[in-house]
Formats: sequence, structure tokens, C-alpha cells
Amino acid sequence: MTVADVVKVLGLEVFSGADGLDRDVTGGYVSDLLSDVMGNADAGEIWITLQTHKNVMAIASLKDLAAVILVSGHEPDDNTAQQSDEENIPVLGTSKSAFEITGKLYELIK
Amino acid sequence: MAERMQFEYNVDGGNFTRAGFASSEIKKILKKLNVDIGIVKRTVVATYEGEVNIVAHAYSGTIYVDIDTERIRINLKDEGPGIPDIDQAMEEGYSTASSQVREMGFGAGMGLPNMKKNADEMHITSEVDKGTEVEIVMFLNNKE
Repeated sequence: MTVADVVKVLGLEVFSGADGLDRDVTGGYVSDLLSDVMGNADAGEIWITLQTHKNVMAIASLKDLAAVILVSGHEPDDNTAQQSDEENIPVLGTSKSAFEITGKLYELIK
Repeated sequence: MAERMQFEYNVDGGNFTRAGFASSEIKKILKKLNVDIGIVKRTVVATYEGEVNIVAHAYSGTIYVDIDTERIRINLKDEGPGIPDIDQAMEEGYSTASSQVREMGFGAGMGLPNMKKNADEMHITSEVDKGTEVEIVMFLNNKE
């Protein structure tokens, strides 16, 4: 399954990094603590968070994550979106809460 | 590869927009050298945590990278407040990060423990009001 498939089925907004929509998705990770993601997320996972600053992209890139989903209507900071475009790692958005979107993503890729 | 390669990167204290830049450069080098992917991953986690520690706590710092055929040695040296009690700093969940830093999702007290978990060897020396030096070593020939 690709990021594009997840976007389509979950009805996500694509804020940036659209060139990375063909990335393969292997799983998901949910956390707002950056060290937790750094230590425990795996390559190919979609990261669900409410953090919107640029360091999110540093971590997504270092960990080779597939994409980032911002929850509850959050939007990426300008420099976050810019780095997402440079790295081709999509930043996606939803108005749903972390709980809801995680449940849906889990059902989709379990 | 060449027998030995050395690089260094400056890190600005307080500049979160550049945090991760050095770690990203180091990751690129290790991948180019065809270092085992598991070792690259562990090195990246440990280096990033050390880089963020410099940004979050120190005034300035330098990351020295020294790679030979046996091991990767990364020395993160800063000028900063230092660590009065290293054992306490190594405890999971202990942090002296500011509330601003915590709001960004840093400062959960996981940085140094993450470094220790991922490095093959780690040494910390620190002097209060002067700075801290953290050295991590990754061995290239026993992929545990």
C-alpha cells in the first residue's frame, strides 16, 4: 500500500511533499514526543502527531518514514512544508483526532 | 573506502530550525560508505539525540566524526552549562529542558537513554559551567 492509497481511503489533505505519495507504507506510529519517535518508529511507517514544526521533518527524514499525518486540523509550519517538499516525504492532514485517524489507519493496514 | 575519514559539524545552541542537519549529513556519508543499515540506523538515532541536546541545552557545540575500518567514533562536544549529576541525567524521564523545548515534543528525558541504547559504547564527561562531551562508538565488524 502506498501513501496515495492511504490518502484516498482516509480522505486526507495533502499539504506538501506530493512527490512522495508513491512511498510504500509498512505501518504506523503515534506520538507527540520526538525522542519516542526517534527511538521507536521504523522506516516506512506513517507518523501521526499534532506537532507541526520543522523538526518533525528532520525526524521523518532521518527515520525514512513514509509520511506524517497532522491531526485535529493542524497545519504544517511553512518551513516544515518546505522541507517536506525537499525530502519528498508527504505531510498530510485530517480534522479527525489522533484516536480516530489511528483507528482507521490501523484497520486499513493491519 | 579510505582507511580513515574525519568530519566536523558546528551546532548552534538554541537554533531548532537547523537541528538534525549534522545527523542528516552523517547519515548520508554512512550510507555512501555502505555501512550496514542497522548500524546506520542506530548511529543516526544516537547522533540526532546528541545534536538536539546541544541545541536544547548548550550555547554552541561541535560534532566530530571519525570513521575507520573498525568503528565509527562520534564526539559531541559543547560549551554550555554542563551536567552536575550524570547518573541522574541518564535516568529515563529526567530532563532539565525548558517548557518551550518541551512543548515542541523534546525534553522528555529520553535523549541520553536513547543514545546509550543505540551506541555500542558511550562515554560522558562534563564540567559545570563549562560544557559536556559525549562520545559514542559504533563497531563495524560485529553486527549485534
